[in-house]
Amino acid sequence: MIWLAVFFGLLMMAPALLPNNYYLTILILGCLHAMNAVGLCLLVGHAGQISLGHAGFYGLGAYTSSYLSTTVGLSVGLSMLSGVALTVVVSILVGLPSLKLKGHYLAMATLGFGIILSILFTETVDITGGPSGFVGIPRLSLFGFELRKDVTLYRAVAVMLCFIVWLSFNLLHSRVGRALRALHTSERAAEAMGVDIARYKLLVFVLSAAFSSIAGVLYAHYLTFIAPSSFGFMFSVELIVMVVLGGMISVPGAIVGAFFVTVLPEFLRAFENIEVLLFGAILILCMMFLPDGMAGGWNRLWSWGKARLSGVTHG
Amino acid sequence: MDPSSLLQYLITGLTLGSTYGLTALGFTIIFNTTGVINFAQGEFVMLGGMMSVYFMHSLGFGEPAAVVLAVLGATMAGALVERLAIRPVRDCPAINLIIITIGVSIFIRGLAMLLWGKDTHVLEPFSGNQPIMFLGAAIMPQAIWVLVISLFLLGALKMFFSGTIHGKAMLACSFDSKAASLVGIGVQRMVLLSFMISALVGAVGGVILAPITMTSYDVGIMLGLKGFAACILGGLGNPFGAAAGGVILGVLESFGAGFVSSAYKDALAFVILLILLFVKPSGLFGLKDSKRV
Amino acid sequence: MDSAILGCSGICVRFGGVQALADIHFEAMRDEITAIIGPNGAGKTTLLNVISGMVTPSHGTLTFEGHGITALPAHERAWSGMVRTFQNLEIFSNMTVLENVAMGCHGRLSLPAWHSLLRTPKSRRLEDEVRREALEALDFVGMSDLASATAKDLAFGKQRLLELARALAARPKLLLLDEPAAGLNIAETQVLADLIMRIRDTYNLSVILVEHDMELVMRISDSILVLCFGQTISRGTPAQVQKDPKVIAAYLGGDED
Repeated sequence: MIWLAVFFGLLMMAPALLPNNYYLTILILGCLHAMNAVGLCLLVGHAGQISLGHAGFYGLGAYTSSYLSTTVGLSVGLSMLSGVALTVVVSILVGLPSLKLKGHYLAMATLGFGIILSILFTETVDITGGPSGFVGIPRLSLFGFELRKDVTLYRAVAVMLCFIVWLSFNLLHSRVGRALRALHTSERAAEAMGVDIARYKLLVFVLSAAFSSIAGVLYAHYLTFIAPSSFGFMFSVELIVMVVLGGMISVPGAIVGAFFVTVLPEFLRAFENIEVLLFGAILILCMMFLPDGMAGGWNRLWSWGKARLSGVTHG
Repeated sequence: MDPSSLLQYLITGLTLGSTYGLTALGFTIIFNTTGVINFAQGEFVMLGGMMSVYFMHSLGFGEPAAVVLAVLGATMAGALVERLAIRPVRDCPAINLIIITIGVSIFIRGLAMLLWGKDTHVLEPFSGNQPIMFLGAAIMPQAIWVLVISLFLLGALKMFFSGTIHGKAMLACSFDSKAASLVGIGVQRMVLLSFMISALVGAVGGVILAPITMTSYDVGIMLGLKGFAACILGGLGNPFGAAAGGVILGVLESFGAGFVSSAYKDALAFVILLILLFVKPSGLFGLKDSKRV
Repeated sequence: MDSAILGCSGICVRFGGVQALADIHFEAMRDEITAIIGPNGAGKTTLLNVISGMVTPSHGTLTFEGHGITALPAHERAWSGMVRTFQNLEIFSNMTVLENVAMGCHGRLSLPAWHSLLRTPKSRRLEDEVRREALEALDFVGMSDLASATAKDLAFGKQRLLELARALAARPKLLLLDEPAAGLNIAETQVLADLIMRIRDTYNLSVILVEHDMELVMRISDSILVLCFGQTISRGTPAQVQKDPKVIAAYLGGDED
């Protein structure tokens, strides 16, 4: 928990260290991606499931809130809550049949849902504005105050991220987290100990969808413009990459992975034409040299450091 | 709904489906030998079409030479991918290998973007544009090429796997790689071979379809996805299922575009795939997962 | 109160073309140790799987404490007090010994998930209780000193004890043991035999055990069921079963004259 407090402190101080507002955008996006990644980390790393369609939940939250706050005219707060609620309901409907599948078949089912949602976002032009996107989304406002300044909005996003991380930590250190690790290792034994496998898988699936939709509604009311291209298959893949790069079972790792994948294209922008190429190459190299992700690499560094230090003191 | 329109949709569906089937076959071959889903498979398909365009339009080769060179080039690419990206990390957990193949697909796409730009290109049909009238439907000669070449390739692969020693060795690897290596089969070489064959098959699929659907640096993504979907549809690991799955997917998409809407045709195909998965979780021709308790 | 804790009636199981179990009728009595024995392939583990809910019989009914449980899912059978161990160890290898045993308490000490999510005081009290009970179960099998060790690092014999402690933490009414002595040497088997009897007496539960080790079975069982090729061939006390010519024939082969 101290870790979380330090993280929160760092997040709050970060804007002061940045040269201009553009970097604040990256920071906000990084936080939103991290919300997605943390949820997915619970699902993939801990419950041992896979989802190749999580961008769909991100987008569903975003579009629902956008639609409700503009066309229907609800308040921003109510629209956001409804966006999350609708996504939760959809995730239950998707999860119930899908989680009976395993491995590649589950991957395909989630992939399919993600693509279907993505196509819906693009084709239902009357509701979503189609490929050119949804404009005119009202800016995020809390208790009637519009968060016009980016810094204020960033702080709100950072608080939400820390809240989500807090929830995840609680879950993982509870009997639920234990049950998840158990069912990941041996479903039969977990069942024999009274774990309702189907229910727990669904719980984590829905929770991760909820986290993604929270990120989605925040995204919509921050950018005030959204387009279907942000919520497609490629983003779902990016999310998985974030989690695996972070070191599948590590929540802090997922956050680092999310920021890494968000920030990296910015660095590569200088290389223009070979930007995409480099991204692919870096991905491959990371997986080769850091097979248990950044968290694993960090653990090994830490152990090496401790061993060296104790060698020094004993020497 | 007149029969000639139906026939039209069917032919289009079979044509599309052949490429999906060949892509799916590529997935299956690699999956069977290594247990890995190669996310870069779609890029091999893209390379087939794009390299043909390059050899023909930029380097001035005649179409037959360009096509053959393109397929060979893609096969070499497959070998390179195995050597550089897969072999060094053979014992990685599956999810890591999948991410690596994702990295490879992004890399290849980036390379294609760098070399050939983002434009869409047209490859000339093999024997002209004059449609052949058959029972009221207008069939492009290219469609016949697609069907004939696909069937030929399928037949050749079948002969390879059941008739030649290398083919049987690859099958042995897919059943049990430890046992295979114990009887003297070079598993690493089989893995290399599987990547090369998958790349070849994918590239052929890309080449024959390119004259009909045009090609660009990013066609690999959707093609790869649909190939994967076809694999799952037919039952992962079953080559016959993969080919059949591809054809079924293509036909569904074509009829969907015709009857429902062109915009939603992809969604329709996936909806049907999902319904199938919920009813028969191991795909149409997949073996039911039986566990020893 | 009915003295039978578990009843099977007409249980049949088919795997494809193989009839694994045919028309099994038997009852396990309360507070007794009932053993299921038989040559390889007799269907012993299959019967245990049917009882614990991992295999669905094609025919027949099951009752537990007088209630029908034939359709009850496996995890709910654990909630009603029926807990099992596995022939091929199924410990949670990446978790610590204490966490493994704590899983035993999962079904019994539970709270709605939102308590865990928000780390309510109730959830913290529950965790303390789980920890206490887990340590108690570990203590009973004599492994308290290994509480923070990682499960996969333990010696095989200790891993077997771990599975047992995990099952005990659930405070079952019926303990199902699937070949608990497999892979143990003579000394370890003796320890196991004493432990099982001590468990039965201290925890006041009934035991059904599937075993190959005849010494263990004859020493601790109150009642034995003998299966051969999926069918019951004998039922009774150890003394009765030992003398039954059908049992002798099944194990040693019949006279060929």
